[in-house]
Amino acid sequence: MFDGIFSDYTLRIVSLGAALLGITSGALGSFAVLRKQSLLGDSISHAALPGIVLAFMITGSKNSFILLIGAAIAGWIATTFILSIIRNTRITSDGAQGTILSVFFGLGLLLLTYVQSKPNAAQAGLDKYLFGQAAALLPEDIKSSAILGGLSIIIMIIIWKELKLLTFDPDFGQSLGFSSKLIDYLITALIVIAIVTGLQTVGVILMSSMLIAPAAAARQWTNKLGSMVILSSIFGAIAGIFGAVISCIIPNLPTGPSIVLSLTAIVILSLLFAPDRGVISSMIKRYNNRFDFSLQKLLLTLWNLEKKHGGEKRAHDSLTISFTQPGIKNVNTALLALEQKGWVKKDPKGNWLLSEEGRIKAINIEKGETL
Amino acid sequence: MDKNWAIDAEDITIAYHDKPVIWDVDMQVPKGVMMAIIGPNGAGKSTLIKGLLGLIPLTAGDVKVFGESYKKVRKKVGYVPQRTAVDWDFPTTVLDVVLMGTYGRLGWVKRPRKEEIILAHEAIEKVGMSEFANRQISQLSGGQQQRVFLARALTQNAEIYLMDEPFQGVDATTERAIISILKELKNSGKTVIAVHHDLQTVPDYFDWVTLLNVRRIAGGPVKEVFTKENLRKAYGGRISFLEDKSE
Repeated sequence: MFDGIFSDYTLRIVSLGAALLGITSGALGSFAVLRKQSLLGDSISHAALPGIVLAFMITGSKNSFILLIGAAIAGWIATTFILSIIRNTRITSDGAQGTILSVFFGLGLLLLTYVQSKPNAAQAGLDKYLFGQAAALLPEDIKSSAILGGLSIIIMIIIWKELKLLTFDPDFGQSLGFSSKLIDYLITALIVIAIVTGLQTVGVILMSSMLIAPAAAARQWTNKLGSMVILSSIFGAIAGIFGAVISCIIPNLPTGPSIVLSLTAIVILSLLFAPDRGVISSMIKRYNNRFDFSLQKLLLTLWNLEKKHGGEKRAHDSLTISFTQPGIKNVNTALLALEQKGWVKKDPKGNWLLSEEGRIKAINIEKGETL
Repeated sequence: MDKNWAIDAEDITIAYHDKPVIWDVDMQVPKGVMMAIIGPNGAGKSTLIKGLLGLIPLTAGDVKVFGESYKKVRKKVGYVPQRTAVDWDFPTTVLDVVLMGTYGRLGWVKRPRKEEIILAHEAIEKVGMSEFANRQISQLSGGQQQRVFLARALTQNAEIYLMDEPFQGVDATTERAIISILKELKNSGKTVIAVHHDLQTVPDYFDWVTLLNVRRIAGGPVKEVFTKENLRKAYGGRISFLEDKSE
C-alpha cells in the first residue's frame, strides 16, 4: 500500500516537506523547551497571521514566499515586543507572551475577515494558513524550507557550546563574557525561521506544538542534550510525515491537526513508557519500594515476636502475623517472598518462623540497614 | 586606581525598578584575603556580587578589578552562582557542567579539547567527585551540586573567586571539603569573596569581612570589624541570639 502512496508525486513532496519541517522544529524546539520558553513559539506563530494578511493586502500577491516574509517580519516584531516587555517592565514572561499573542492574533483575524469580505476572489486560500494545507506545497516551497532549515541547524551546531551554557546557566555564561542577549535573539530568530517555514504545512494556530511536543517527548527518553535534540528531530519528522500523508489521503482533512494528533500520540507514549522518567516506570519503582518496605517491616515483626517470647524460636501462623501487620494487604504473599529469599521458613504445621539468615538480616535492619 | 586592591568598588548603587537594593556602597578588597559578605536577608549580598560581575547594571558607581574594568580582566575572575539559580534537571553530566568553566578561555565557537577535559577531571577530583564525573546532574545531592559548581570555578583558574552562598544547604562533610579548598586557594595567593550566612563560622573561615545591609555597615579584617556593635547595626534586633558567639 505504501509503495503506491509514495510513488504519488504530491505525496512525495508533502512528506518530504513535513519531514524537513519536523527535523528543524524538533531540533530548535528542544532549546525552547529547555529555556522554559514554550509559549514563545506559540506567540510568534500566532503573531504571524497579521503579517501574512498585510503582505497580501500590500502586494496583492498570494506567492507563498512574499506572504511568509510578511509572517517572519510580524513574528520578529512580536518577539521584540515580548523580550522588551520582559526586560523593561514588571510584567512576567507568560503575561507578556499571552498579551502579545492575543493582540497580534486578534489583529490578524480582523484583517483576514476584512479581506475575505471583499467581493473579488483573489483572497481565497489565505485561510489555509490557519490550519495548514500540506497538499498545496510546491517543490519551490520544499526547496526554500530545506535551505532555511538546513541553515538554522548549521547555526545551531556552530553555537552549540554557547547555547548549552546560556540555557543551563545564563548568569555564569555572562560572567564569562558571552552575551546572553545575543544568544536570546539568535535562538529566537532561528525559532522564527522554523515557525515560518512550517506555516503552510501546519498553520499558525498549531505550529507551536511542532516545536514543543517533539522536544517534550524526547526529554523523556534521554539525559543527554545531543541525543535529546536528535531524538526530537526524529519524532518531529515521523509525526510530520504521518500527519501530512493522512491529510493528503483523506480529503478535506487539514494538515495541522493531523500532524499534531500524531505528535500527541508520541508524547503520550513517551510520558507513559519511557524508562526512568515515564509514569509507568515510576509507578513500578514506587510499588517495588513499598513492597520492599513492607517486607522489612514484616521481618522486624517476626524478630520482635521472637524477642517477646524470650528468644524462643517459636513459629506463628499467618493469621496471627497478619494481625500485627495492618499495613500489608496480603501477608501470605509477603511471607512467600521472604521464604524465597530464605529469610523465613515453614514448620511442619505450616506455621512461620525466622531462618538463621533472616534473623541476622532483621538485626541488621534494626541497626538501620536496608534490604 | 590602586592596583593593590583585588576589587575596588566606589559608590555603587543598584536599583531594581525604583527600589534601591544596594545604596552607595564602597568596598575595597585587598589581594589574597578570604572575605565574607554578611548581612540579613534582603541586604543585597547576591545583588552586590552580581553587580561586581556586571551581571546587573549599576545605577551609579564604578568597579575596578585589579585596577582595570571587569571586562578587561574577566579571565582572572571565577564565579560560583547560587546553586538554586539553575535547573538541575537539565540534560547533562557532571563533567559537562565542569567543562563550562573552560568556555571563557575558549571564547566563541571553539570547543573544549583534550587539554580542557584533563583540566575538568582534575577539578572534579579535587572536589572529591571523580566517581560521579559521568553522572546525570539531576541525580546529585545538594552538597554534590555545590561541589560541581566549585569544580567548574576551579577550571577557570582565576585570581579572584566570587561565590554566592557556597555553603547553602550542604552537609557538614561538604562544608569542610569546600572550606579546605578555599583555604588552599587563599594560600596560593588567590582572593576569595563569599556570601556567607553562618555568623558563627565567620572568624574560623575568613580573615576579612564586609557587613552589608543595603548600605555598607563595616568592612575590614575580621578581628577589627566583626564586633557585636557592627553586627547589631547590620542585623538590627534580630542578632540577640548570636551575641555571645560573635566575639
